[in-house]
Amino acid sequence: MKTKVLPFPARRDSPVIDQVGVEERAQRFCARSLKKETKMSALKLAVTMLDVTTLEGADSVGKVSQMCQKAMQPLPGDPTVGPAAAVCVYPRMVATAAKAVAGSKVKVAAVATQFPSGQMRLKERLAEVRYAVGEGADEIDMVISRGQFLQGEYRAIYDEVAACKETCGKAHLKVILETGELTTYDNVRYASDMAMAAGADFIKTSTGKVPIAATLSVTLVMLQAIEDFYERTGRMVGMKPAGGISNAKLALQYLVMVREVLGPKWLTNDWFRFGASSLTNDLLMQIRKQETGRYQSGDYFTQD
Amino acid sequence: MSANDFLSGGFAPAPESADHFEIKKSYDLYIGGKWVKAAKRFETTNPATGEVLSEVALAGKKEVDLAVKAARKAYEDVWSKMPAAERGKYLFRIARLLQERAREFAVTETLDGGKPIRESRDIDVPLAAAHFFYHAGWADKLDYAFPGAKSNPLGVVGQVIPWNFPLLMAAWKIAPALACGNTVVLKPAETTPLTALKLAELFEDAGLPPGVVNIITGAGPTGQALVEHPDVNKVAFTGSTAVGKAIRRSISGTGKKFTLELGGKAANIVFEDAPINEAVEGIVNGIFFNQGHVCCAGSRLFVQESIAQKVIKKLQKRMESLIVGDPMDKNTDIGAINSPEQLERIKALVKIGKEEGACLWQPSGGLPRKGNWFKPTLFTECAQSHRIVQEEVFGPVLAIQTFRTPQEALTKANNTPYGLSGGVWTDKGSKIFKMTTGLNAGVVWANTFNKFDPTSPFGGFKESGIGREGGVHGLAAYCQLSH
Repeated sequence: MKTKVLPFPARRDSPVIDQVGVEERAQRFCARSLKKETKMSALKLAVTMLDVTTLEGADSVGKVSQMCQKAMQPLPGDPTVGPAAAVCVYPRMVATAAKAVAGSKVKVAAVATQFPSGQMRLKERLAEVRYAVGEGADEIDMVISRGQFLQGEYRAIYDEVAACKETCGKAHLKVILETGELTTYDNVRYASDMAMAAGADFIKTSTGKVPIAATLSVTLVMLQAIEDFYERTGRMVGMKPAGGISNAKLALQYLVMVREVLGPKWLTNDWFRFGASSLTNDLLMQIRKQETGRYQSGDYFTQD
Repeated sequence: MSANDFLSGGFAPAPESADHFEIKKSYDLYIGGKWVKAAKRFETTNPATGEVLSEVALAGKKEVDLAVKAARKAYEDVWSKMPAAERGKYLFRIARLLQERAREFAVTETLDGGKPIRESRDIDVPLAAAHFFYHAGWADKLDYAFPGAKSNPLGVVGQVIPWNFPLLMAAWKIAPALACGNTVVLKPAETTPLTALKLAELFEDAGLPPGVVNIITGAGPTGQALVEHPDVNKVAFTGSTAVGKAIRRSISGTGKKFTLELGGKAANIVFEDAPINEAVEGIVNGIFFNQGHVCCAGSRLFVQESIAQKVIKKLQKRMESLIVGDPMDKNTDIGAINSPEQLERIKALVKIGKEEGACLWQPSGGLPRKGNWFKPTLFTECAQSHRIVQEEVFGPVLAIQTFRTPQEALTKANNTPYGLSGGVWTDKGSKIFKMTTGLNAGVVWANTFNKFDPTSPFGGFKESGIGREGGVHGLAAYCQLSH
């Protein structure tokens, strides 16, 4: 299916966001109380939405392939849990990851385009995308040029996303806005609208490399952008909050928000992902707690 | 998949527990620090189930007189002579005790009144405690509230409060009265007496001197006897405009001071440059908060014609996600209608709305079978001449009209006998100032709605009442100033 691309959207076409109002609305989702089977099914759902991630200079063949095992089989002996949606690695590690997850449902996502800063010429950034796809990446997580966005060169952002989308070919494109650097909700909304118009399959909050990563309220702004885009074009766009989602309680609050803003249609790993590294084990621990009524020692959950 | 699977179903029940405290089978009148029996009694029920919660005493003229006498004695002997800082200490103690017993008060409020536990827990009880804290601070600083003037208490204050925010209204009334050195006789509404009676228990625990606050329960005639009692120096009433008018007639010529906080039909005005998603949320909070049993509810929505369809569509989608049902469930957004009588009033006005030609819309979910319920409701294609636009429904019913220019919005918004509250939604600061100064309402919110704070005066113009509660203005209503 060819991605529908809309013309470059003007800034004034994006609705304004009231900071106080949007933060209050996001808090309201946290008041939902998930119990019993609702909680259990949501926890298991969250595991299937994980992009299990390692993005370190120290990543090696051994580290990445072991992490891939965990993504395929998060809770050994319990096939009802998992597998995770994908593993997310640097381009150099894509071949290793692709080999490790071959034959499973787990996809390989690669960060590219000079992650995390994006401070390089577009030509080289696209070459990186091409390389990652060639190595076997199913998904590309690109970063936008925040510097250019803040300079007011909006068109450059639209163009770079469109170019990346084209370079991706069959691979899915996730566009990282780095909301912590865009700073205002109005900026986040406009960047979301531009990325979707340019062909993004997913929009993603953060790299995880700057102090302010995903928050419920910034994710809400992006979900509203997705909702409006869907109303207008009929095309579904996925959402990936990343960074800072470290415990199960918070993950479930995100899922409640997706359910109430976009509806259950978005609650599959085709349309929603968590970018996280430490979240996995807390989800597993809470699943065991729901089953047995007791918290298990950390020794019963694998560390990779 | 089970019925409550996260993907396909609703939320599994998440009920707040009510077994950590007791609602007594019966309550007497709290007069002069003692529990006094009355000849007659009446029942108070849970509007969500119809089940009887407790039986409370019905105060007649005799008991009202006893209560006023007790308040007078406490005023003369103790409260007016006590150093102001000591009065403040009692108020601080009451505030802290209320926080300690927050869950008990929240659950009681929800059981007796039908409002969702999320609201009583997160709004009513914390705000009630905040009012006691705020006024506790003022008790010994009244000279600074009114520079150049000396403030004297008024004496005995008779207070009659409604059923929509029973505990919060009790706090709004009692806290400033005590801070300024008055003593109180308070009558809660007949359908929701329990939190006020529990507050009386809390006053006992706080060691408040006998007679400083007296709580008497009963219906209209009890309130009338209190208001008309010759030894009451000030009347404070929150409730309907009709009763407010009757009170003002009955006390005319008596020299009693009074504050009346009455009905409303607030205009919530949304411009095309508004933050649209937040505006939709504000509209929902404006009208569906507390089942719409809110005098300052944003019950008239004025939306600029250019974005009307978009706003209505978003509003309907949001309303589909509102959970109507068991008020004790932590996930409930809209609880039970307070009484069968109120439910009938809402139904009657909604029927009139349909007959007048407005277009009714309700979300698809069902309602529980037992108890008093009404779905959140929209009327589109409304006009100024419709009764649902003119009259206060006091239920979860929103009348939507469109406008073209700021001037038209102002004219229509002010074209009502009421003047309690209003809301303006726009991203443009200058427009906010133009509209808020033009709206003839006591409280106006910009880019938000239904926000309350003890430091902020609250009250209406025209038939929405007279006088202010909260803030320095609210203190002034409980003082006699001499220069």
